[in-house]
Amino acid sequence: MLRAIWLIVRKDLTVEVRSRELAYTTLFFAISCVLVFAFSLVQEGRAAEGVGAGVLWMTIMFAGNLALGRTFERERQSETLRALMLVPAPRPAVYLGKLTGIVLLLLLTEGVLVPLVALLFQAELLAHPFWLVSVVAMGTLGFAAVGTLFAAMLVRARSRDVLLPVLLYPITVPVIIAGVRGTMAIAQPDFEVAVVRFWFSLLVAFDVVFITLALWTFEPVMTD
Amino acid sequence: MPKWFSPAVLVCGVMFAISPLVIAQAPYESTMGLVQKVFYYHMPSAWVFLTASVVCGIASARFLATGNPRHDRTALAAAEMAVLFGLVTLVTGPLWARKAWGTWWVWDARITSSLVGWMIAWAYLILRQYGGPGSEKLAAGLALFGMANVPFIYVSVNYWRTIHPATTVVPKLPFSMGFPLLFCLAAFYFLMFLLMKLRVRVAEQQARLDAIYLSLDEQA
Amino acid sequence: MTRASRREMVGGSVDFDEVSVEDVSRHFGRRRAVSRVTFRAARGMIVGLLGPNGAGKSTLLAMLATVLRPSSGAIRYGSLDATAGPALRSRIGVLGHDLFLYPELTARENLAFFAGLYGIADSDACARAALERAQLDTRRDDPVASFSRGMRQRVALERALIHDPRLALLDEPFTGLDDASTEALLGRLKALRHGGAIVILATHDLDLAEGLLDTALFLRDGRNVETLSAPGGLRSTYRTVIGR
Repeated sequence: MLRAIWLIVRKDLTVEVRSRELAYTTLFFAISCVLVFAFSLVQEGRAAEGVGAGVLWMTIMFAGNLALGRTFERERQSETLRALMLVPAPRPAVYLGKLTGIVLLLLLTEGVLVPLVALLFQAELLAHPFWLVSVVAMGTLGFAAVGTLFAAMLVRARSRDVLLPVLLYPITVPVIIAGVRGTMAIAQPDFEVAVVRFWFSLLVAFDVVFITLALWTFEPVMTD
Repeated sequence: MPKWFSPAVLVCGVMFAISPLVIAQAPYESTMGLVQKVFYYHMPSAWVFLTASVVCGIASARFLATGNPRHDRTALAAAEMAVLFGLVTLVTGPLWARKAWGTWWVWDARITSSLVGWMIAWAYLILRQYGGPGSEKLAAGLALFGMANVPFIYVSVNYWRTIHPATTVVPKLPFSMGFPLLFCLAAFYFLMFLLMKLRVRVAEQQARLDAIYLSLDEQA
Repeated sequence: MTRASRREMVGGSVDFDEVSVEDVSRHFGRRRAVSRVTFRAARGMIVGLLGPNGAGKSTLLAMLATVLRPSSGAIRYGSLDATAGPALRSRIGVLGHDLFLYPELTARENLAFFAGLYGIADSDACARAALERAQLDTRRDDPVASFSRGMRQRVALERALIHDPRLALLDEPFTGLDDASTEALLGRLKALRHGGAIVILATHDLDLAEGLLDTALFLRDGRNVETLSAPGGLRSTYRTVIGR
C-alpha cells in the first residue's frame, strides 16, 4: 500500500516537473485572486482590520478548487484513473497518493501566498510562524481531503467543472471558518495561544474524521 | 398507493386548515404581537428539516453499504423534504426575527448551521439532477459527508462569532410546549411523512417503468 | 527474468483456469448495454467479441476487468469473483480503448510505473525488456505524447501484459498498427495462448480475427446473437448475423 502511494506521488511529481503547468497556473491564479481582493477591499491604502486572513483562505479555496479540477482532468486523459483502479493495490492507496500530490502543490502555493498577503494587507501573519504553518497545513489538508474525494468522484460525471465547487464549499465551511479565525488569532497583536490552539484542534479533528470517511467511501463511490 | 393514503391526506389538510385557529387560541405574546405566531410554523418546519436531513444521511449510508436502490429512493425523497422544509424555515425565520430582534438576519450558530446544512441538501439535489448517470452513489457520498459534518459546522459557526459564546445572540425562546405547538409539530411531521411516501412511490414507479423498458428491449 | 519468477513477485497467489460469464446484463438507466450474455473462456483460448460500435463489447470487457459491476448475472474467475479484490486484479491485464498511458511520461517511465504498481520488484529492467519486445527500445526515453497512435498502442499493450496476467482483456488491440506490428501482435497473442493465458479481445477487424480466434461471439445491441467455435468464414457470418 505504501509503495503504491509513493509510486503515485512520484509519478505526479515527475509529470509536474516536466510541464510545470499546474504549479505555474495555480500560483498565477492565486496571485491574481489576491490582487482582485486587494482592489476590492483595500480602501485608501489601508485594508480593513483582519481582512488578510480572510483573503488568504478565500484564495486557497479558489486556487485549490482549480488545482483539483486540473489534476483529475489529467487523469481523465487516456482514462489513467481507471488504470489506477485496476492495479492490485488497495484502492484507497490511489486516493492517498493523489491527496499527497495536491497537498504538496497547495503548500507550495501557500509558501508564496502567505508573505504576499501579509505584505499587501498589512497583516502580521508571520508573527508566530510555527502556529501559522500548523493552522495552514491542517486547513489545507482538510480542504484537500474532501476535495480529492469529490474531484475523483466527479471524473466521470457530467458538469463536473461546476459541480466540484458546488459540492466542496458547503462541506468545507468548518475549514474556512477555523482557518480564518485561527489565522486572525495569530495575526492579532494580543496573541492568545488558547484561541489558536482551539481552532487548530478543530482542524485536526476535521482532518481525522474526513480522511477516515474518505478512505471508507472511496472504493464504493468509485466503482459503478 | 395504500388505502389509507387519501384519507390521511384529508386529515393532514384539515389539520393545516384549522391550525390558524389553534394558533390563535395560544396566549398572545406581549412584546411581539401577531408575528410571533409565525413561530408555530417556523419551529416545526425546522424540526422536519433536521429530521429529513438525518434520514437522508442514514439512507445514503445504507445505500453505499448495500447498494439497494430502495435506500437511494428514500435518500432522494428525504433530501427533497430537507430542501423544501429548510426553505420554509429559512423564510419564516427572518420574518420572525425582524419583529423579535429588529433585523432580518442574524449570524447565530443555529441559524447559520441550518443555512449551511440546507445548502448541502440543495447541492445533493443539484448533483443528482446534473451529474449524469451514476450520480446516485456520488450523491450518497455527499450526504454522508454532510451528515458527518454537522458537529463541525455547529461548533465552528458557534465559536465563529465570538470565542465566548456565553453572550449568545438568541435569547431563551419565549414559548411553552403548549398544545398549539404540539399540534403544529404533529401536522408538519404528518405532512413530511405523506410527502415522503408519495415521493418514494413516484421514484418506485419510475424504477418499475425502467425495468419494463429494459425487459421489453430484451424480448424484441 | 523468467515468467515464473516474475509471477512469484506479484502480490497475491490466486490463479484460475477459466472465466465464466453467466447471464450477465448491464444497463445504464433505460439503456441496456449488455443483455444476458453467457460464455466460457478457458486457459489457452482466445475469445473474440465481434460487433458494430455500441454493441456492448467495451462494457463487457469493463465488467470482466472488475471495473464495472453487472446489473444481473455473475462473472466467475475459477472459484473467485470480483470480491477477491487486489489478488484477482493482479492476474488481470487490460488494454483499454483509451490506452491508459500518461502522455507526459516517457515510455519507460510509464511501463516502470505500472510495473511497480503490479508488484514487480525490478520495474525498470522489466520496462526495458518490454520495450525491447515492442521494438521501441530506441524511443524509450521519449514522452509518449510524441508517439504515433500505433506506437502508443504497442506501449499500451506492453503495459497491459507487463505483469504476465492470467486473463488478458484487449479492446481493439489492432487499431493503428502497421503490418509489421500487426504480425508481431498476432504472434504475441498466439504465444499468450500457448503459455496458458485466457485472452478475450474485442475487435472490428474480421480478417485478422480469422484464424486467430478459438471462439467468436457476435454481439449486437448488447445481445450475443451467435457464437462460433473454431470459426471460419467470419465475415459471412457477421454479415448474416449482424446484417451491416
